[in-house]
Amino acid sequence: MGEGTGDNIGDMLRRVGGDTPLLEVRRVVKRFGSFTANDEVSLRVMPGEIHALLGENGAGKSTLVKIIYGSLQPNAGEILWKGKPVTVASPAEARALGVGMVFQHFSLFEAMTVAENIALALPNCKATRELSDTIARVSTNYGLPLDPNSHIADLSVGERQRVEIVRCLLQNPELIIMDEPTSVLTPQEADQLFVTLRRLASEGCAILYISHRLEEVRALCHHATIMRRAKVVAEADPANETVNTLAQLMVGNEIIRVIREKRKLGPEAILLKGLTQISLDAFGVTLRDINLSVRTGEIVAIAGIAGNGQKELFDALSGEEPVEKEGMVIFAGEAVGLMDINERRLLGAAFVPEERLGHGAVPALKLSENVVLTRHGTGEGIARRGFTRFGKAGRIVEKVTSLFDVRKGVIDPEARSLSGGNLQKFVVGREVERAPKILIVAQPTWGVDAGAAAVIRQSLIDLSRNGAAIVVISQDLDEIFEIADRIAVISRGQLSKAEDADTLTTEKVGLLMAGGAEEKGAAAA
Amino acid sequence: MLEAIILTIITAATPLLLAAIGELVAEKSGVLNLGVEGMMVMGAVAGFAVTVSTGSPLMGVVGGAVAGVLVSLIFAFVTLTLVANQVASGLALTLFGLGLSGLLGESFVGQPGIKLASLDIPGLTTLPVVGKIVFGQDILVYLSFAAVFGVAWFLNRTRAGLILRAVGDNHASAHALGYSVIGVRYLAVMFGGAMAGLGGAYMSIAYTPLWVENMTAGRGWIALALVVFASWMPWRAVIGAYLFGAVTVLQFHAQALGIGFPPQFLSMLPYLATVIVLVAISGNRRATLFNTPSSLGKSFVPDR
Repeated sequence: MGEGTGDNIGDMLRRVGGDTPLLEVRRVVKRFGSFTANDEVSLRVMPGEIHALLGENGAGKSTLVKIIYGSLQPNAGEILWKGKPVTVASPAEARALGVGMVFQHFSLFEAMTVAENIALALPNCKATRELSDTIARVSTNYGLPLDPNSHIADLSVGERQRVEIVRCLLQNPELIIMDEPTSVLTPQEADQLFVTLRRLASEGCAILYISHRLEEVRALCHHATIMRRAKVVAEADPANETVNTLAQLMVGNEIIRVIREKRKLGPEAILLKGLTQISLDAFGVTLRDINLSVRTGEIVAIAGIAGNGQKELFDALSGEEPVEKEGMVIFAGEAVGLMDINERRLLGAAFVPEERLGHGAVPALKLSENVVLTRHGTGEGIARRGFTRFGKAGRIVEKVTSLFDVRKGVIDPEARSLSGGNLQKFVVGREVERAPKILIVAQPTWGVDAGAAAVIRQSLIDLSRNGAAIVVISQDLDEIFEIADRIAVISRGQLSKAEDADTLTTEKVGLLMAGGAEEKGAAAA
Repeated sequence: MLEAIILTIITAATPLLLAAIGELVAEKSGVLNLGVEGMMVMGAVAGFAVTVSTGSPLMGVVGGAVAGVLVSLIFAFVTLTLVANQVASGLALTLFGLGLSGLLGESFVGQPGIKLASLDIPGLTTLPVVGKIVFGQDILVYLSFAAVFGVAWFLNRTRAGLILRAVGDNHASAHALGYSVIGVRYLAVMFGGAMAGLGGAYMSIAYTPLWVENMTAGRGWIALALVVFASWMPWRAVIGAYLFGAVTVLQFHAQALGIGFPPQFLSMLPYLATVIVLVAISGNRRATLFNTPSSLGKSFVPDR
């Protein structure tokens, strides 16, 4: 890049303004009861820098950014803004300083319009036509088109994030905190986001970027601070690291490679015979003539782009939605198509739905209570003669949390207080610990960091090798090829023939996912 | 005849409208206060007591509002500061209000009250047909309409109203943006208390200038039902209040005319209508989402 031609403010600030950090966090400590979430954490963010904050789930990243944004108060340590010590007592004060935040779980008001949502974040501002014009202008300018008058409830996840970002931008921030912004985006939406972020950085705005996706951190970020178990353990220039070395810094030791031994096939455990399910929901997918056989000792993965019948297939397998004919779903030789979930569980089946918070676990209930919810009728004596034995449930919580390394602040926390990855480990562990003969699991590692994902995947493989039949419904092809013995693809409610994973490639599965399943079926017929 | 019926409908509808508008604001901020009946009856006894002691019905109106606010503050403290269950606390507030008003009002039973003066503009009030209806009402009737205007404008046009709706829609997000969820809710509950107090005062100063124990006779509950009936929109509350006011009045006329219609059935109508409206709006997920405050009845504890 020649002198003066492609130079921009961001590059200049990073070079010249190198002495005074925009934000400096010094030895910050935050405790929740006896649990220390941040232990003498220090961090320096330069103007115009895209600064990655890396760490596993529960490493303390979210706590740290909440302290910077004023939603939490530290127990010790200090925060310097442009070299001067400041106290950030509330998010409003953080915004006044010039700190904006895009939340991981969106903090938007669903019943309100885009303009109203943005007005709420700006001081003394009403949702006027003038504001709508500004929103339209700024959003188009940054390649984030938005209709100021649409209601949040009608927007897609990607569009909602745009609202958050535009809301941030209108406050003219000098630092934007982004908590796992791409975890909810499609690859195309993520690429668009990176363009916006680079442009912001080039204009001198610093970005504190939290992500699990090390590839994108390498491509995007200028600097990285890595946290592990509440402490800062390393600083790095992501461009000089590989994904593996970064992951190693995060996890602290060699990444656990998932080991897949050869399968020893047992008898047929799951059989779907011409499963057809007409969807009554206008947005649902109708399942057509699905045939699948899974034997004990193997994992069959069902790949597919979201919304091609995965939810309907899971519901038919788990019994959330009884199917048309009893014989369409057969577990271990028994026709279960009309049985409810618990009757299927009694036959040795277990189910892990896709949405961990709200479907897999009740947010406001403790972990032990969540154990009771899926295991009260499995003949383990957790519920007897109308009484619940919470002692027993508590022991299961202890076992699951230690086996799966679920990090929690108190002995028996509410499900919603766990971070996403920890809750996912718990939800999977709760079923795996029962040693089911049949396991149906949807998106087992969605939005989970590498360490936790490895633990979950390994547990699925081990379970199958100990004589369980497992169906994994997943959109993550890396995961599928890591754990599956056979792979089938679901597309528009039809399932392709399950083929040996060794004979398939990512490209081939990708092609099937894009809608080749039915043509292939037609060609074979 | 028609004029007389309309005039009585207005008197029947006004206390409902006052209390409903107040509760609507409280619910828009996310607080479900089932103590409307208790606040109304306290407003009624306080309004009557102040009127009789000072000789001024206007002072009585103020007294009713103040009493409503004071009672609502108990509810606000218990549910917002001490984070008790809103449903249980609201029910308790109603029982408390009914009991306390009976105790305080014991010496006022049977005493003659003073009726709140009606507007009398020479030339206008004497106009045929519309004169008495439009220009001959008392101050609380006009106030009830002003409140509808004011609340609709406040909720939809002002920044404070936007914040109040935000708190009711998603209190966690509102807190994350730095708004005082508890503070906003205190104010909303107090407004609800003031309006319920006015509704009660209307009963004992304007409707029938008397104090009788339990004189609100379930109007607080109808006001609560009205808020849902109106799907939290001020304009629909007017329609609801006048509809239910009309039903009450027509029920008397029907009885007077000797129509053998069970009065219990008519008293049931407001609740029946509310159930039907609830079923109707729940069918439309979008409309439900946009109108119903999502945080309604949920306690808020800031995470720090």
